Amino acid sequence: MKIVQCECGHNNPYGTQVCEICGNPFDENEQLLNMRYEGAARRSQTYNTTIVDKIWNFFSSVKVGIWLIVLVLLGSVLGTVLPQQQYILSNAPPETFYEEQYGWFGWLYYTLGFHELFKSWWFLLLLALLGLSLIVASLDRIIPLYRSLKKQRVTRNTSFLKRQRLFSASEVEHPEESIQSVKKQLEQKRYKVKEENGNVLAEKNRFSRWGPYVNHTGLVIVLFAAMLRFIPGMYVNETVSIREGEYMAIPGTNYEYYLENEEFSIEYYDPTDEKYEAALERINGLQAKTYQTDANLYRNIGSTIPGAQPELEFVKSGKIIVNEPFTFDSISLYQTGYGTEFYKMMFQLANKETGEQFGTVEVNLDNPQEVHDLGNGYKVKVLDYFPDFEMKEDGPATKSKFPNNPGIAFSMISPEHPEGEISFVAIRTNVELGDNDYKMEFISMLNRDVTQLTVKKDHTLWLIALGGFIFMIGLTQGMYWNHRRVWLQQVDGEVWIAAHTNRGWDGFQQEITQCIQDTKLSEPVDQDVTVKKSKESE
Amino acid sequence: MSQSNNVKQKRLILRTVILAVFIIVLGYTIYSNVFKNPAPVQVGDIAPDFELQTTNGETVKLSDYRGKGVFLNFWSTYCEGCEIEMPYMDSQYQFFKDKGVEVLAVDVGEPALTVKKFAEKYNLTFPVLLDEKQEVTKRYGVLPIPATFIIDKDGVVLDYIEGSLPEQSIRVLMSKIVP
Repeated sequence: MKIVQCECGHNNPYGTQVCEICGNPFDENEQLLNMRYEGAARRSQTYNTTIVDKIWNFFSSVKVGIWLIVLVLLGSVLGTVLPQQQYILSNAPPETFYEEQYGWFGWLYYTLGFHELFKSWWFLLLLALLGLSLIVASLDRIIPLYRSLKKQRVTRNTSFLKRQRLFSASEVEHPEESIQSVKKQLEQKRYKVKEENGNVLAEKNRFSRWGPYVNHTGLVIVLFAAMLRFIPGMYVNETVSIREGEYMAIPGTNYEYYLENEEFSIEYYDPTDEKYEAALERINGLQAKTYQTDANLYRNIGSTIPGAQPELEFVKSGKIIVNEPFTFDSISLYQTGYGTEFYKMMFQLANKETGEQFGTVEVNLDNPQEVHDLGNGYKVKVLDYFPDFEMKEDGPATKSKFPNNPGIAFSMISPEHPEGEISFVAIRTNVELGDNDYKMEFISMLNRDVTQLTVKKDHTLWLIALGGFIFMIGLTQGMYWNHRRVWLQQVDGEVWIAAHTNRGWDGFQQEITQCIQDTKLSEPVDQDVTVKKSKESE
Repeated sequence: MSQSNNVKQKRLILRTVILAVFIIVLGYTIYSNVFKNPAPVQVGDIAPDFELQTTNGETVKLSDYRGKGVFLNFWSTYCEGCEIEMPYMDSQYQFFKDKGVEVLAVDVGEPALTVKKFAEKYNLTFPVLLDEKQEVTKRYGVLPIPATFIIDKDGVVLDYIEGSLPEQSIRVLMSKIVP
C-alpha cells in the first residue's frame, strides 16, 4: 500500500487528493478543489490484490451502479411490451401462447423470462446486484468522508483555502477584531465555531452529508424486504372460490381456518337510470355496482389432515366487499370476483298421456341424490349423472367436473313399470329408451353464486414501509439542509476567507456577506464563475 | 506497517463476509424462486397423510396402510388416459392385493354419483376415494391427470408418474412396493 506523505507530516492513504489533516492539495494543476468526498481516497482505490478486492472495487463504482439501474429500468420497460403470464387466458399454456400470438418475438419473450419478469432469475439477479452496489459504493465513500470530516483541522494549508470556490483575501487594520466580529455573526447564524491560533472554522449542518447514505440504507432495506417474500410463511397471495352455502379451507393456514360463504349478494346498476343508460347500452349488459360475501370464519379444532372432515368452531362473521377485506390474524381476504353456476334442476314426474303429475324431483348438480321416493309406488332413480355432458362413441360422458351442461339418466318407477322406464335428460335434450308412458318434465333451474376471494398475508409490508420511511428521511436530510463551512485565517497579515458548501452557493454567499458587513473584509468571490469566464475567454 | 497490515486484514475479512452473506442470500432467493421444483411432494419424501371417503362411504386414511405398498392414483371420469389405465390397474390389483399392495384411486372432485357409476361400469374393486374439495389433490400438487405416486411400506414416495400407464408398467411399479 502506497502512502502519500504531506508537507505537514501526515501520512495519507493512497489515492488521497487533499491531505486529511491540513487540506494541502496534492494535485497542483486543478484550479478548484474537488471537495466531493473531502478529497479523501475512496477505499476501493487503495488496493486491488485479492479476488474479493477486485469484486469489491467493481461494485464500488458509481458507473456500475448507474448501469445496473439502467438495466433494471430497461427490463421493467420490456416487461410491459407483452402481457405478463398472470394476465393471459388462464387455460392458455404459456409455453405456446406467446409464440402463437406474437411469433418469434413472443417466443423470445417467453424464453428470456419476460413473461414472468419479477420471477425471472436474471431480473432478481440485477436487483440483488443493485443492492450490493448500493452497499459497497456507500461503505467505500461514507467511511473516508466521515474520517476526514472528523479529523479536519481549523488551520488549513493556504493552497487549500485559495482553491475553494468562495474565496477572498483582504488587508485590514485590525485582523483579529474583524475575525472575532465575523465569528460572532456566524455563531448567531447557528454555526459551530472552532478556534485555533486566531484562525476560525465555522461549520453547520454536517449531517446533511450523510443524507445519501441514509437514503441508500432505506433502499437496501426495501430490496431485502422484497427478498423476504420468498421465505415460506412470510407472504401468501392465493385465490379461493367458495360456492354459496359451502365452506373451504383458507389457503396458507394449513387447514386450520375455514371460510363459509353464507350468502353472496350482488347489486347492478339500474339500466333504466338516465345517468347510466347510455353507458350500459354501450357495454350491452348488466354492470355490477357492488357485490359482497357474507362470510363466517371457522377454526378447525379437529384433524388438519387434508381431506379429513374438519371440526369447525365458529370464530367470527363479517362481510367482504371490494376494497374492504375481511381480516383475521395476519390474513386478509379480498373480494376479487364472482361467478354463477347451475345448482339444482327441478323435474316433475308426469304421465305423458293424462298429464297427471306425481311429484317433483330436485337434483342437486354438485352431489345428486340417487333415489327420490315420491310415494304411492312412484319413485325416480338417478342412474347416472354427467355434469358436463357430451355424447361419445361409447355413450354419454362428461367433459369436466363442472355442471356446465348437466345430463341425467333417470329410471322412472311406477306401479305399471316396477322395473322402471329410462329417460335421459339434458338441456334441450330428452332421449327415451323405447316408448315410455312417463316423462321427466323440466320445471326450472336454480343457480347459485360462487364467490372468488384473494387470500393475502404479507409480513414484509412493515419492513418495506420502514425502508421507504428511512429513504425519505435520507432524501430530506440531504436535500433540505446544506453542509456549510467557512474558514477565517490570518495569512501574512491578510485575512483570508474561504468557504465551501455542497449545494446552494448563492444563499451561502449571501449569508457570508451578511456576516462580514460590520467589517472591512472584502466579500468572497465565486471563483467557479471566474474560472469559467477565463476558460471561455481562452 | 504492521498496524496498516492489520487494518488491511480486517478490511479484507469484512469485505469477504459481506460478499459471502450476499451470495448466500441471493443464492437462496434464486434457488427457491426459479430452480426449485414447485411440486410439493417429491420422490424421496414421506407421502403426506390424508383422509377421504370412498364411494361406499368408508373412511380411508393413508397412514393406515403403513406396512403395505400403496399405488396412489389421481384420476377423473372425464380423463381419457385414466379411463384406459383403470382396467389395467384393477387386473394388476387382483394379482398384487394378496402380496400387500393396495390401490387408492382418488377422484379429483367429481360428484359422488358420477364416480360411483363409473366405478360400477368398470367393476373396479379397489377403493375409489372422493376428493370433494380437492384438498388432497392440491396438497400433492397434482395438475395433469392421471398422476400416480408409488409409495412403499414405510410411506416413502419411490416414484411419481404423470400420464397413462400401460399394464406392463403398472405391474413393474406394483412389484417394486411389495413389502
